Amino acid sequence: MPRTRKKKKKPDFTESRFEIRLSGSGGQGLITAGVILAEAIAVGDGRNAAHTQSYGPEARGGRTRCDVIVSDGDIYFPEAVRLDLLLSLTQEAANAYTPLLKEKGLLIIDEDAVERKPDRDFIAAPFLKKTKEKIGTVVPANIVCLGFIAEYLGLVTKKSLEKSVLERFPEKFAKSNKAALKLGFELAKAASKRIKSFSIDEEICETEIDRT
Amino acid sequence: MAKKKKKGTPVFLQGNEACVDAALTAGCRFFAGYPITPSSEIAEGCARKLPLLGGAFIQMEDEIGSIAAIIGGSLAGAKAMTATSGPGFSLMQENLGFAYIAEVPIVVVSVMRGGPSTGLPTRLSQSDVMQSRFGPHGDYTAIVITPSSVQEVYDLTIHAFNCAESLHTPVILLLDEMLGHMREKIYIPDVDDIKIETRKYPTIPPDFFKPFAVTPNMVSEFVAYGEGYRYNVTGLTHDEEGFPTANPNEIKKMLRKLRKKIHLHRKDIILYDEEFMDDALYAVVSYGSAARAAASAVRKARSKGVRVGLIKLKTIWPFPGYRIHQIAKQVRGILVAELNMGQLIREVDRYAMGRCKVTGSFRYDGRALEPDEIYENLTELRSIKRR
Repeated sequence: MPRTRKKKKKPDFTESRFEIRLSGSGGQGLITAGVILAEAIAVGDGRNAAHTQSYGPEARGGRTRCDVIVSDGDIYFPEAVRLDLLLSLTQEAANAYTPLLKEKGLLIIDEDAVERKPDRDFIAAPFLKKTKEKIGTVVPANIVCLGFIAEYLGLVTKKSLEKSVLERFPEKFAKSNKAALKLGFELAKAASKRIKSFSIDEEICETEIDRT
Repeated sequence: MAKKKKKGTPVFLQGNEACVDAALTAGCRFFAGYPITPSSEIAEGCARKLPLLGGAFIQMEDEIGSIAAIIGGSLAGAKAMTATSGPGFSLMQENLGFAYIAEVPIVVVSVMRGGPSTGLPTRLSQSDVMQSRFGPHGDYTAIVITPSSVQEVYDLTIHAFNCAESLHTPVILLLDEMLGHMREKIYIPDVDDIKIETRKYPTIPPDFFKPFAVTPNMVSEFVAYGEGYRYNVTGLTHDEEGFPTANPNEIKKMLRKLRKKIHLHRKDIILYDEEFMDDALYAVVSYGSAARAAASAVRKARSKGVRVGLIKLKTIWPFPGYRIHQIAKQVRGILVAELNMGQLIREVDRYAMGRCKVTGSFRYDGRALEPDEIYENLTELRSIKRR
């Protein structure tokens, strides 16, 4: 009998992970935004997400950041190392974290707050200005950013994002938060006309499915 | 990491919040503590949730009072817990020693931060590994549990209570800042699927009751205050009746009881996970949040064809020395990844007994060990020639 060698299936050790960093200054609500985003992805969409935050002396007015790692497999190291997506609402945060972006990572900045534009492709949207104009206060700017990310990347379904946002805050803020999400969607639609060259692992984003 | 648990309700929780929820599920009804970063969320969660379950929360004047209060609460019959971080844990050592000798079941959560002293309140570290084992003076054996994910925080908090309640001893749950503050999706198991231990209560009448009786499995019976059984609780070395003694035989008997109680049940206490160890030529030993980076580094090495495995310790004390010795005979080198200047590596080295090379991957600047650092150290370990 000829010896047949069983073909061993080579195990796959690669980790698929999409690293997001939301950064700005203390009080902009970005850590909360990160929690909402991660919760919507993990519980709402049934994928895996981990959220870590950096705080300390720098959280008071200085830089603040939180990381959200998204994956369809297990997440081992929970902090962002090489960013796929960076959102910066202040000049300082943009300067500090832009070097950590992958070559083809996506940088989203606030058009007005980040005056000196980075020397690379980016997407700028007037988050703070428009939030103040349309909703009357800059407080829900973090929710606007989430709406923007959901619409632009399709990283999270709008349904679970909205559910997660509404559950996080008391009911009296439901109206303004819904308006904020809608504003985020609109900004993203406007921004996508000026799309720059960037590439994102399609498998992770599932853009097609989530846009429905 | 561990086998995926798909059973239960998915929720998105912080490590500290998961600890609170698990403690309440395990039956904790008394919490006394003094909030300290990065463990404050545990105190906050208990303050909010315990009264709803008929339990009690007290914010004490300091950590000395906190542990004294939970020892009292436990002796009165409640499952009790406190939570703190390095500086507070240092203050607790005196009364922790009392809980060891008086055999009081309590759970002490220490969310490690940088030290010594006030150190780095908001930064992570695993520098209390030896303190958790050898903090109080005297000869005793400690149980120290180190989860490495939010799911494990939940599961192992219940394990901590089970160990404390079934063995009548303090149990230290050692988290770190990253784990305490990170959020992840976890599956909360159904109550029916969770095994919850309770204390062993006496069946004999009060006149014949010996509170510290030496039994075959070394665990005495427990009586809560006010149940009609009178007995003495003291920090002095005592006899089976609970009264101070200077009799060498009694002293020996009591100290051996403290040690054997843990030793006899070590198979139920010690938990660890192994990955890719079957054909491994190298092993990475890690625990707590460092084990997450180690798991990632091991995968990176495996994807490049390096035969390396991971041993993730969920219980660091009692140390799974027998298994480490077996592994040392199997592999060429062991890398110990931890967030300090090398604490648990001593124990690994001790059990390796020179059978293989043992090196460390350490970081102690308040930041997390990154997978690439561990991978580099692994490459260095592989390049060391055999003696």
